[in-house]
Amino acid sequence: MVSCKTIIANLSEYLDGDASPEMRQKIERHLRGCRRCSAVYDSTRKMLMITGDERVFELPAGFSERLHRFLDETLSKA
Amino acid sequence: MEENAKNRGSAEPLLIQRVLAGEKDLFYELIQPYERGAFLLAYSILRNHDDAEEIVQQGMVKIFVHLADLTERDKFKQWAMRVIENEAKMYRRKRRQHLYESIDQNSTDASDEKPFYPRQFADWRDLPSEAVAQKEVREAVAKALVELPDIYREVFALRDMQHLDVAETAEVLSIGRSAVKTRLHRARLMLREALTPVFATPNVSLWERWKGKNPWLAAKR
Repeated sequence: MVSCKTIIANLSEYLDGDASPEMRQKIERHLRGCRRCSAVYDSTRKMLMITGDERVFELPAGFSERLHRFLDETLSKA
Repeated sequence: MEENAKNRGSAEPLLIQRVLAGEKDLFYELIQPYERGAFLLAYSILRNHDDAEEIVQQGMVKIFVHLADLTERDKFKQWAMRVIENEAKMYRRKRRQHLYESIDQNSTDASDEKPFYPRQFADWRDLPSEAVAQKEVREAVAKALVELPDIYREVFALRDMQHLDVAETAEVLSIGRSAVKTRLHRARLMLREALTPVFATPNVSLWERWKGKNPWLAAKR
């Protein structure tokens, strides 16, 4: 049985699909039997879904308009 | 989505050529896909909306002025993000000379090497993905992100919020790919840790509190 420490250390690579086939197998076997590691794994995945969502971090209202106006003014002088 | 990104990538060298040939208006089309990412990156460095917006404006002018210097035109995204990053860091240095940003200073020195191990094992897998529509969720994420040490926050913003790949992130930050991976790993674990008390379901937390009394974690470390 691989230690929880090893599983956690390789979790990010596993999430990105970059873990080696052997490591992937070890992680999957471990996650099935370990409540703590599977909680860490599942919640990290959930967190990435949320932070990767464009809505989580929206541009301030009027951002694009102000940017374009600023560029119009500055670039016409350039 | 992947396909769109590729198509956009291959159209960029042509767009750049036309902007340089005098079609200034096309510059807006060129930068449009990166406005949000540029703001996110600047915000992750400056942690302040107004400063981030100002830096994106100034950075975009720099990008326009130096567009002719970009030799690898298929790498506009990486180059543009690097300009924004430099601009934001320069601004932060200037701001530090006037201000008292010792907290920032400390967090920049955070070590890459010290392994991070979760302490909170409460489960929040059942949090619906739609929760992102809630203001409290967005605020909790923004707060946790802002409290992350600089070197982790930057990598996280580029990789997991702007979806740049490892190689692109490494290019933007001028660091190695392995550093991107280690920092990202740590950033993810730290963010999850910070968000767990906010998002975990109370029942499971209780169970975990009971579990916390046994020496399991100490033995495993």
